[in-house]
Amino acid sequence: MGIAESILLTIATAATPLLIAAMGELVVERSGVLNLGVEGMMVMGAVCGFAAAALTGSPWMGVFGGILAGVVMSLLFAFLTLSIATNQVATGLSLTLLGLGLSGMIGESFVGSAGRKLPVLDLPVLSDLPLVGRLVFGQDPIFYMSIALTLGVSWFLFRTRAGLTLRSIGDSHSSAHALGISVIGYRYLAVMFGGACAGLAGAHLSLVYTPQWVENMTAGRGWIALALVVFASWRPLRVLAGAYLFGAVTIGQLHAQALGFGIPSQLLSSLPYLATIVVLVLISRNRRLTLMNTPASLGQPFVPER
Amino acid sequence: MTQGRDLLEVRGLTKIFGRLKACDGIDLTIEKGEIHALLGENGAGKSTLVKMLFGSLEPNSGEILWKGEPVAVTSPSVARKLGIGMVFQHFSLFEALTAAENILLSLDRRIGVGEIAEKARELSRAYGLPLDPHALVGDLSVGERQRIEIIRCLLQEPELIILDEPTSVLTPQEAEKLFETLERLRSEGKSILYISHRLEEVKRLCDRATVLRHGKVVGHCDPRKETASSLARMMVGNEVQSVVHEPVDVSETREALLEVRGLNRQAATPFSIPLRGVSLVVHAGEVIGIAGVAGNGQGEFFEAVSGEALQAEADVVKLRGKDAGRLDISGRRLLGAAFVPEERLGHGAAPRMRLSENLLLSRFRTDAKAFLAGGRLIRAGTLAETSKRIVKEMDVRKSAEDPEAAALSGGNLQKFIVGRELDRRPSIMVVNQPTWGVDAGAAARIRQALIDLAASGSAVLVISQDLDELFEISDAIAVMHDGKLSAPIPIAEATYEKIGLLMGGADASSPASLGEEVA
Repeated sequence: MGIAESILLTIATAATPLLIAAMGELVVERSGVLNLGVEGMMVMGAVCGFAAAALTGSPWMGVFGGILAGVVMSLLFAFLTLSIATNQVATGLSLTLLGLGLSGMIGESFVGSAGRKLPVLDLPVLSDLPLVGRLVFGQDPIFYMSIALTLGVSWFLFRTRAGLTLRSIGDSHSSAHALGISVIGYRYLAVMFGGACAGLAGAHLSLVYTPQWVENMTAGRGWIALALVVFASWRPLRVLAGAYLFGAVTIGQLHAQALGFGIPSQLLSSLPYLATIVVLVLISRNRRLTLMNTPASLGQPFVPER
Repeated sequence: MTQGRDLLEVRGLTKIFGRLKACDGIDLTIEKGEIHALLGENGAGKSTLVKMLFGSLEPNSGEILWKGEPVAVTSPSVARKLGIGMVFQHFSLFEALTAAENILLSLDRRIGVGEIAEKARELSRAYGLPLDPHALVGDLSVGERQRIEIIRCLLQEPELIILDEPTSVLTPQEAEKLFETLERLRSEGKSILYISHRLEEVKRLCDRATVLRHGKVVGHCDPRKETASSLARMMVGNEVQSVVHEPVDVSETREALLEVRGLNRQAATPFSIPLRGVSLVVHAGEVIGIAGVAGNGQGEFFEAVSGEALQAEADVVKLRGKDAGRLDISGRRLLGAAFVPEERLGHGAAPRMRLSENLLLSRFRTDAKAFLAGGRLIRAGTLAETSKRIVKEMDVRKSAEDPEAAALSGGNLQKFIVGRELDRRPSIMVVNQPTWGVDAGAAARIRQALIDLAASGSAVLVISQDLDELFEISDAIAVMHDGKLSAPIPIAEATYEKIGLLMGGADASSPASLGEEVA
């Protein structure tokens, strides 16, 4: 395996959890709900995924456990913000704090224990093709899920009636309600989908990225995912681009640090954040397009008149 | 049982919000093939009633019979399945979606966007309602948006169509077109429930009328046999004071108090209108009206004049001869101007603050000496006294001594806000939609106050969508269309037709186009 190939592989691995978490949050925000609890749901996904894999001995059970943890967390958020209309920002922030604390407690006995890694795909001949062989045909299953997820979300939002309905709720929940669309029902499903994605993204960290449990191992990736959604103007393919850009600069600056160009390492570490934001801001310069895609009812609680 | 002609019958329908009976035992029948008017002032319970008919609100008691059978209309989709369609007052459209997508969302059938677009096009041709199915709603005018609502409703093939204040946003010509469509629907055997407070159009269009007041049915009548004033009396419950206005000639000889010359403004959002070379002069003693269909730049113009949006050049806006283009709202108030914005809560007043506090918020700069001791501490006594004076002067009805702004009804709050500005005796008054959503009695009071202010030598500029209002109080009317303002037309020369054509975009400079039909 050449150096270029291994760099490409690590980029994909770094980008995958961001992409999955951001894709989930994109669907949530398109329905008009702002869930700032991505980091909390993700870290819960990581610890529960790791624990489930360690206890059952099956990394696949780990994937399932991670998704389940994310969904349970998101259901708590959905109940609070949708059923009893609490403030979405405050509730989301609390969810993150809750997730960070709870995951530390659950994971205490797993710190330092050996993890179980998801097996990578291994096809004869194809996986051994030079340069792209391992990148395209030799990755872990969650990588393939993340690509399918991106295409699936894009297709769902812009090609299906349910996706149109979801977007309409994000645009104006009162208009949607007047048409007889179940605003709360759709939002519950969207928030749960977001939770499942965040949980899966977390499980990727503790089952693929670094197969072990370390407290706070998400290290702010949930926040990056949130920022990606906004800077990508709520469009799935731009989120994909942003996630890979972030992954690429992260890996690039690691190599630069190893080579030692005399640039302070702190500066290099901040580079991925800076580069992603600058590039996404540049591509979303078109104000009109951005405003068209911004869910107009984002973050506003909806209480149906009865 | 029923005679078989009644399509819809409502018995004793009641809806209670907290302690308010919004609808109190409403009885109503709608026959097949009739246009039935539902008349009433703001807050009479019209919208609550139709929301119950369309399933967006649940009644507390009473029953609804559809073709003689009792039905429970539990949601809009149940209503649609029965054959009840609705065109909303505040359109229930999604701005970020196309017309076809908006239509699709309201249909219960599984059908593709392409097919919808084709059907919508056919229907729009058949009824003479031009529409591009692939246009984004955010880019469309209010009249075009209403067409989408109507076509969306027709595609559901309803037997009863409910229209809530459909003409409040249309030019007279667009309204005429709508009436033709409605008459055609009636001839096809469809029933229409027509909600309006515009009496002339009800007389022109409707076969029967039901009048609501304070949530109760106060009468049924044949509107064609009534006069506008007898209908108004039924709606209001007593005589409405008429407004007295002696128009003055617009004249260069008096002092120009408000001057706007060549005002340009970029659109701030994709859905706002750029202003293009707007010029206008208001002299002392004049009331100038600005007519126009909603969303043609009136809001943007008001912001530019009031100082919410600053101009690039100081001399674009002049107040009492002084350059004011770079001054903020307080700066312009200090020059003797007063402003009443369209949005009462959140713009004209802070909803959760008391009336006296709202008074201080808008006048702490102009009346600093009176209201603030040493320029820092609030003189509560003076404030309360002034607030009381305004309340008395404008007859503001309130439930507490000094309630929060949001606790007042729309009309009473508007009276307070207008009164707050008039109390300063401003030499320039700019008002956007002075009587929007205000009941007839309060509206007459506000209009009279504006006329009296002009008569005392001030310049008054009124932006309104209500043509009747503008004809009642203005000395001249200018029309705003697509960010451009026509020259003011003296009231003696202005007709509904002329103003309506300008509202529809006819070019005022070429007399030929004023005679033509608008497409």
